[in-house]
Amino acid sequence: MSRNPQFDWLLRAGDSALILAQRLSEWCGKGPALEEDMALTNVSLDLLGQATLWLQQAATVEGRGRDEDQLAFLRDAADFRNLLLVEQPNGDYADTLVRQFYFDAWHALWLSSLISSADAGIAAIAEKSAKEVRYHLRRSRDLLVRLGDGSDESHARLQRAADRLWCFTGEMFTDDAIDQEIAAQGIAPLPSSLREAWLAMVRQSFAEATLTLPPPDAWMQQGGRQGRHTEHLGYLLAEMQFLQRAYPGAHW
Amino acid sequence: MNVSTEQLWQWLNAIGDPELPAISIVDLGIVRAVRWQEDACHVTITPTYSGCPAMQVIESSIVDTLRAQGIAQVRVETQLTPAWTTDWMSDAGRQKLAAFGVAPPAEKAAPASLPIDASALFAPPVVVACPQCGSQQTRLVSQFGSTACKALYRCTDCLEPFDYFKPH
Repeated sequence: MSRNPQFDWLLRAGDSALILAQRLSEWCGKGPALEEDMALTNVSLDLLGQATLWLQQAATVEGRGRDEDQLAFLRDAADFRNLLLVEQPNGDYADTLVRQFYFDAWHALWLSSLISSADAGIAAIAEKSAKEVRYHLRRSRDLLVRLGDGSDESHARLQRAADRLWCFTGEMFTDDAIDQEIAAQGIAPLPSSLREAWLAMVRQSFAEATLTLPPPDAWMQQGGRQGRHTEHLGYLLAEMQFLQRAYPGAHW
Repeated sequence: MNVSTEQLWQWLNAIGDPELPAISIVDLGIVRAVRWQEDACHVTITPTYSGCPAMQVIESSIVDTLRAQGIAQVRVETQLTPAWTTDWMSDAGRQKLAAFGVAPPAEKAAPASLPIDASALFAPPVVVACPQCGSQQTRLVSQFGSTACKALYRCTDCLEPFDYFKPH
């Protein structure tokens, strides 16, 4: 645990939004339909805006003169605190969609729980973001049901993606020392407290989508929130950070 | 420099939204407060969506507009809470939007505190009237339109596609 649990906690919040925004932006110009292309890039933009707010707050709390851009572009993989789920490659559209649905369902519940945070700055960001994410969840759930209960091909692909990504969902609900400290300060509830509501949402949506829910007690991968990432994050950062690494301080 | 705040509001009301020039940033509810503090004019704005790229343009338009009126010191402050909602859009703004071809929000925005459960989240959308012909026979084509704040609809009577300003 670092010297400042609040800084680490804010990095976790900002990094998950930032990394998923970057992943979604990879679809720009390549979406399977124009409407999907616009939806993914719009969701990406919302997440990027939210990441900016979280990382600004992190920079303030850290108090070492760094700003949100330096935090985004000048940290290496081991210093990122995002969920492993969001760094997973886009894969086919089913992978992207299931990743989004798993994340949106958690994100909406998590933000909703932060609106009453004892920290006014965090509550303000949560209130702002919750409205946007509710809409993301509406869209990803709607598409999950349509494609899950669609053709044999779309059903099979969604089920495959749902099974493949399942091991990255447990991390959203595991508590560590930082979470305990933040919960004790009344800033955020323990991650584990959101698990039942998330499972209920996913279970109900999967039933509607005629998908089979993977076993909730399956073995789960974890470590992203502590800085231990899958091999995919480094490649993502290499692309995302290239400009600032090659031309330090460049702006437009 | 002692310009009244009424006058300041009037000048600000002439600034169009960069992506919807027909409607002003005051009509949209983006400008939350205007006040004098010592010799500086402070304008408080609130972002529509977290990632809306228009916010930077809006900020510089405010500074440019007030400078052009001779106000040397302009400070634009951003305030997140209470979070912007389409409920703040003025009636004049709604009419201008419709005349511009964008259907205004057809219902009140859901409060941020609404619980996340399926029944509240996935209620069927309300009827959105076509801004071209007024028909109620319209269909959602895509949850996102040309910007984050709009969805894409199509009128099944006059067959025209149109943007719908989402309740938010």
